[in-house]
Amino acid sequence: MTATEGDLLHTVETGDLPEWRRRAGRWIVRGATGLLAAVVAVQMMQRQGVLDWGITTWRPTLYAYLIWAVAIGAGQVLSRGEQGKRALFLLPAVFFTVAMVIFPMIFGVSIALSDWNLASLDGRKFNGLANFWQMMDDSYYWNAMKNMGYYVAAVAVEYAIAFGLALLLNAQIRAQKFFRVVFLLPLMLSPVAVSWMIGKSMMEVRFGPLANFARWLGWETPSFFGNPMIARTSIMLMDAWTFIPFMMILMLAGLQALPKEVMEAAKVDGAGAWQTFWKITFPLLMPVSITAIILRIIFKLKLADIVINVTSGGPGGATDTITSFIFREYRDRSNVGYGTMLAMFYLVLIIIFITVLLSLVSRWMKRHT
Amino acid sequence: MSDLDWDNAQTGRIGGRVAIYALLILWAAICLFPIYWSVTTSFKIAPDVMKGHLIPFLDFQPNWKGFRSLGLSPDRIFETSTVREEFLKRFTNSVIVSVGASLLAVVLGSLAAYGLSRFSYRFGPMRNKDISFFFLSQLILPPVVLALPFLVLYRELDMLDTRIGIILLYTLMVLPIVIWIMRDQFDGIPVELEEAALVDGLSAWGAFIRIVVPIALPGMVAAFILCLILTWNEYFFAALLTSTDAKTLPVMVASQTGSQGINWWSMAALSTAAILPLVLIGIFLERYIIKGMTAGAVK
Repeated sequence: MTATEGDLLHTVETGDLPEWRRRAGRWIVRGATGLLAAVVAVQMMQRQGVLDWGITTWRPTLYAYLIWAVAIGAGQVLSRGEQGKRALFLLPAVFFTVAMVIFPMIFGVSIALSDWNLASLDGRKFNGLANFWQMMDDSYYWNAMKNMGYYVAAVAVEYAIAFGLALLLNAQIRAQKFFRVVFLLPLMLSPVAVSWMIGKSMMEVRFGPLANFARWLGWETPSFFGNPMIARTSIMLMDAWTFIPFMMILMLAGLQALPKEVMEAAKVDGAGAWQTFWKITFPLLMPVSITAIILRIIFKLKLADIVINVTSGGPGGATDTITSFIFREYRDRSNVGYGTMLAMFYLVLIIIFITVLLSLVSRWMKRHT
Repeated sequence: MSDLDWDNAQTGRIGGRVAIYALLILWAAICLFPIYWSVTTSFKIAPDVMKGHLIPFLDFQPNWKGFRSLGLSPDRIFETSTVREEFLKRFTNSVIVSVGASLLAVVLGSLAAYGLSRFSYRFGPMRNKDISFFFLSQLILPPVVLALPFLVLYRELDMLDTRIGIILLYTLMVLPIVIWIMRDQFDGIPVELEEAALVDGLSAWGAFIRIVVPIALPGMVAAFILCLILTWNEYFFAALLTSTDAKTLPVMVASQTGSQGINWWSMAALSTAAILPLVLIGIFLERYIIKGMTAGAVK
């Protein structure tokens, strides 16, 4: 890694580095790389049964990787001086992310291509794309995918409510801080606690306060998780309850950052509140809205905890999300290979979806500014 | 303007105020009622729950039953209680895991964000912009993609059901958020401050630690608190990767709901105890939470 021209902050190198430092740096890196390679080789041989040193876990490889990472950092400083010290800011995060994402992802692809059930004693068997073809025929998976569509669509409603609340909070009101804190509270609560508090107890058919309220409104048999449509709506409501504050805070920050002069000019020109909103506030807040909606969609695509804890996907898979479906696939059948294939495919779809969404948004923004 | 118009405008404005406050109070009730319900239910006995009583002292007589079943009521607090030990163990796990992961993420993320904000790197074909994108793109990675590979990996590494294993995963989960917030913070600090420090003979690291960190501290606190909330509430990884030793509070709460015949009072007491720390954080550190959430999103 090299730091090139164009740094915002220029540091000055004090003289040339002595040759021994360059050489020492290079040797440290080489030595650590050799050590890492040797440890991996020994572990591989142990795994294949070529030799037996009684190593049962892959911990030695982990330690060798840590030593290697430290050695690379030390090597950078030794052989490249100030430039190396700059690299040291970025390197820890890079090594961490590579170890925690890139490596498991590669490993995950190999799991996805194999028939592997942790409950059976057979161990892993490579089976090519068999999991993929099985996935294509899995109606429950595609049903969960369809549900994700509904859940993502619900973001539009959440956005409208969040925007409305932000406008209310931005009005000249008393006790603004009190309302802001109260409105923020649902975001603090864990989805698991929300599942219990709302899903399992307030929506309890016999004596939950929400069920009583529904009866009072005239719904004779308030069952919130009986029929597929209603069950899905109930899940959406709980998820919305926790996450509306998130969008609300972003919209509120956007509203507070609006230039005062523009609003005043609109008032002087005699624009009504309704007109001011649609002609000025809403268009000016478009960038914030888009950020809020996209972040919210990203969080929505991870929705699982509430579904797992309240309905376990029922009735008949009507509330299943991809994540909760894969969770059960593992919990009930220990089917690691197939579950990983489902997850990997989902990731590919998400990447395509987000990329298309972002490019559509940026094209649209260009046309309208 | 005639008198009639004036009157109309006046009543219109008052009507508007009333509507605004009505809506605000309605939504405040929607936000608070579930919390109120959980807290009061933890003081109810079975008949009170069944009859749907709502207001303490008026409707029903508060009872310590819920907290007694957790061993946390005033009369049980000094006796030994296995449930309380279990609860405290999970609570400690949650504290260690969330604080550990948040600290690690803030340290790693701040360093990386500072580097990306001040120097230009080249890593193969990747420039600063690409490296930033690489980190931020982790945000869209759904946990389920990493969950099963990590399950197998941790089994091989003998790290299943360890706190350090969960800390590492949580750090990964919140790292993009820290980098997002901190890059915004560092971009807002004028570079002249560090240049002056360099002239005075400090190194880049010296300037970072002595000059930049103190200025960026509020941003770091904001990032830390946001991480704390996310990691404290995390359920999915914890449910898959922990069993007896490293189990966190959300997993304990969830495992209670699964059992037959829920004990309403003890569930309510457990939920209350689980959400209480975050409700307190929300009330007293709201400023930082909002600062963290809006960093970078609003220009």
